[in-house]
Amino acid sequence: MTGTVPDVVLDDEDFETRRRLVVIGNGMAGARAVEEILQRGGAEQFTVTMFGDEPYGNYNRIMLSHVLSGEETDADIFLNSIAWYEENDITLHAGVRATRVDRFSKIVYAQSTVDGTTYESPYDVLIIATGSRSFMPSIEGLRMDDGSLKPGVFAFRTIDDTRGMVEYAEHDDHRRAVVIGGGLLGLEAARGLQAYGLQVDVVHAGSHLMNAQIGPAGGDILRKSVEELGIEVHLKARTTAIMGDEKVQGVYLLDHPLLECDMVVVAAGIRPNIDLAVTSGFTVERAIVVDDQMRTVDDPDVYAVGECVQHRGEVYGLVQPLWEQAAVLADHLTGTDPTAAYHGSRTATKLKVAGVDVAAMGVQGPERDTDEVIVFSEPKRGVYKSLIIRDEKLIGATMLGDTSKVAFLIQAFDQGLPLPEERLEMLFNLGTPAEEVGIAELADDAQVCNCNGVSKGALVACVESGVKSVAGVMEKTRAGKGCGSCKNMVCQVVEWAAGGAVQEDPSANWYVPGIPMDKPELMKAILDQQLRSVSSVFAALAPEGAEDAKSKMGLASLLKMMWADDYIDEKDAKFINDRVHANIQKDGTFSVVPQMKGGVTTPDQLRRIADVADKYDVKLVKVTGGQRIDLLGIRKEDLPKVWADLDMPSGYAYGKSFRTVKTCVGQEFCRFGTGDSTQLGIDLESRYQGLESPAKMKLAVSGCPRNCAESLVKDVGIVAIEGGRWEIYIGGAAGAHIRKGDLLATVDDPETANLLTGRFMQYYRENAKWLERTYAFVPRVGLDFLREVIVEDSLGIAADLDARMQQAVDAYKDPWKEGAAPATPGQFRTSLPLEVLPKVGVRA
Amino acid sequence: MTATVPATGRQFDLGPLSQIPAGEGRAFAVDGQQVAVFHLRTGKVHAVSAVCPHKGGPLADGQIDGAVVVCPLHLNAFELATGCSRNGLPSLRSYPVEITDSGDVVVTV
Repeated sequence: MTGTVPDVVLDDEDFETRRRLVVIGNGMAGARAVEEILQRGGAEQFTVTMFGDEPYGNYNRIMLSHVLSGEETDADIFLNSIAWYEENDITLHAGVRATRVDRFSKIVYAQSTVDGTTYESPYDVLIIATGSRSFMPSIEGLRMDDGSLKPGVFAFRTIDDTRGMVEYAEHDDHRRAVVIGGGLLGLEAARGLQAYGLQVDVVHAGSHLMNAQIGPAGGDILRKSVEELGIEVHLKARTTAIMGDEKVQGVYLLDHPLLECDMVVVAAGIRPNIDLAVTSGFTVERAIVVDDQMRTVDDPDVYAVGECVQHRGEVYGLVQPLWEQAAVLADHLTGTDPTAAYHGSRTATKLKVAGVDVAAMGVQGPERDTDEVIVFSEPKRGVYKSLIIRDEKLIGATMLGDTSKVAFLIQAFDQGLPLPEERLEMLFNLGTPAEEVGIAELADDAQVCNCNGVSKGALVACVESGVKSVAGVMEKTRAGKGCGSCKNMVCQVVEWAAGGAVQEDPSANWYVPGIPMDKPELMKAILDQQLRSVSSVFAALAPEGAEDAKSKMGLASLLKMMWADDYIDEKDAKFINDRVHANIQKDGTFSVVPQMKGGVTTPDQLRRIADVADKYDVKLVKVTGGQRIDLLGIRKEDLPKVWADLDMPSGYAYGKSFRTVKTCVGQEFCRFGTGDSTQLGIDLESRYQGLESPAKMKLAVSGCPRNCAESLVKDVGIVAIEGGRWEIYIGGAAGAHIRKGDLLATVDDPETANLLTGRFMQYYRENAKWLERTYAFVPRVGLDFLREVIVEDSLGIAADLDARMQQAVDAYKDPWKEGAAPATPGQFRTSLPLEVLPKVGVRA
Repeated sequence: MTATVPATGRQFDLGPLSQIPAGEGRAFAVDGQQVAVFHLRTGKVHAVSAVCPHKGGPLADGQIDGAVVVCPLHLNAFELATGCSRNGLPSLRSYPVEITDSGDVVVTV
């Protein structure tokens, strides 16, 4: 489809009194400028039309390296979705490239990059925010005959570039990548590509890495850190040609034999996008020349902002100047602050490059004889710090490997703060006073949380409004709730603002947040008042009898543990996983893991699992770490049918409960086996299946000290040793935390091992905090104490623990039997637009 | 700020309240929109949009108390009566809802 589509319909125009604002560019600068304008009530003054040549909403380009490394999905990095534009009444032409501006008739001409449709958009005020593009040096073999990049060659600038790189890197037969450019972006690309199992080489023309930001000595240490990650670095290396006829096969470097590779990423810097401005007759030097109001020097109705701009001779390639420019532009355009002026930015960067902390600001080295230089270098740890001071002011700093003091340095650099006489205090924390000085002198508008944009002033105001706990301030301001890297600083600011009067969170010891009691108090009240359901606990024990959604799951688990068969099961008290006996996934479907005791299965079970996977269109069949088979992507409404077809009991892979027992082959077949580990694993799982607990419990039994079932890192792990004896370890972990289990006891037979396992788990069930795993519980309570109670029965409660455990074991019912007769109406009804919901008609 | 879907003020009968157990929620497709209806243990009924604005979680699967629903995916809380987020996320749309004499749930979209 081609043809000219008029952008504004005439009869709208008749009533429209607002001025027409057109923005060319929907990147971080263009969208930020519009956000700032709307924040200042700009919607009453302007109708807004935006052109973006990428067919998407607006995303955070800085996060593309996280998308490449797989830490974020591309959906995570969108700043404004298409819906945001609709809500704000912005006409967005995504996937439409502006081609020319007619400054005399005040019209922007544009063309769709998808189908070639052309657009004309008249404006009263125009903002050019065309940003930058990757600089592609002229290297032989970079492009095909038709001018397109050779397959395997990538720029690293857009979401499409990143997707292309990921797809290419994932090919099994692609093993080696070369990144051209050893700057920030190049190193990020190199690190990201490693995640796909590629060997990565960085080819850098400069004599040290990141030479735009840091000096040679720092660059040297950075190179060592990068090489330790397995990335080979070639310095002072020029790429002369890219080999391969159909696709990349290698690169030639000057003074270096052929470097064979399957993929080349060009990260050799960026260049402002100025073609449109040049074609349209604006003054362009290195970039579009603007004044202090971000106005082009040629036309008072046309502004420019971001990386495409040259202001007082400077062109910026960082995000912070762009924010400052957008704010000035919005102040000026909306008339909020007619005196607003941009005076340029002092740029300081703090980031993680390829896993190494780097901060850099100002000059890299001394420029005058009188400049003071302070350098600390510890190559072995990859730490390098340097400061340049002139006339008692910080004019430059580099921090590598340790950026703990950077907040103060940025402030000192930015605002010319007085410097401590003991210069060392600027490099290290020498006791607490130096740090307090840093926080105290931090400006109020200094941003502490860079994810959620929370300033020191906002944190202080929150503390002054009466919130005196760190958790409370974080909850209220959202500071520290993004990547979390600023949590330490948030703590310091709160402590400083509260003047040492930071409050302990009173609820820290409560078992659940909605009932003000610790576990022993709560259990006693429940027993005394014979409370058998979650709703009765709220009614009797909660302040004003108020229910609390976030307390329900913990209470339901506790009551089931305490009352076993006499517990009154209220479905609404349970988390969705426990309500439908499956594990909810990110798309609202569920995973189903049937019980497979000790990891032992049969051809008949495997056949049934395969049939179910086919019949219900299972998206992923996955062998789990607990030696079971996970069927992922099951629709909620299919769960009962899946269970019926499987005809196997639930594996409890969803609950805060006993999960599974991992085993090795054991003595039956293994030539090293000293005990029947598989049989003991099966016995344990048969006995304790489905048992509720404060947090999940994963067990293992190994048939010899080679420990193939990884018993030393389980909540309870058992190892058979020579002589028919068995070691019992407790409190191990190998997940978010790693802890080697502690040896509780060595026993003579599997029956005793089974008994002590049950006794320990019962003690844990009765005494651990909600969600406290054994790896935290065991060291908190103490191994010696546990051994006395559980093995030696010093408290005389062993028989009672065993009896209560037996009661819990007897109360076991396979929850998947509920599939045949749902416990509540619509228990398995879908809650998402995955499937057809019950549809209702118009009421007459 | 204008809502994406304009309110039409039309009423829809979702059928009997008994299909939603007390303390739980269920999702309905109403006039092309996904609506989660919650039946509180007090007998009160609330209706909000059914999809969490954070990562698309199914809110009808969430747990509730007298004030909020907690999304099952990342535990973000939204006020049942207003749809307002307790965690700084965009609001849910909230729908007027009432119970008829015959015990049917009627939501206004």
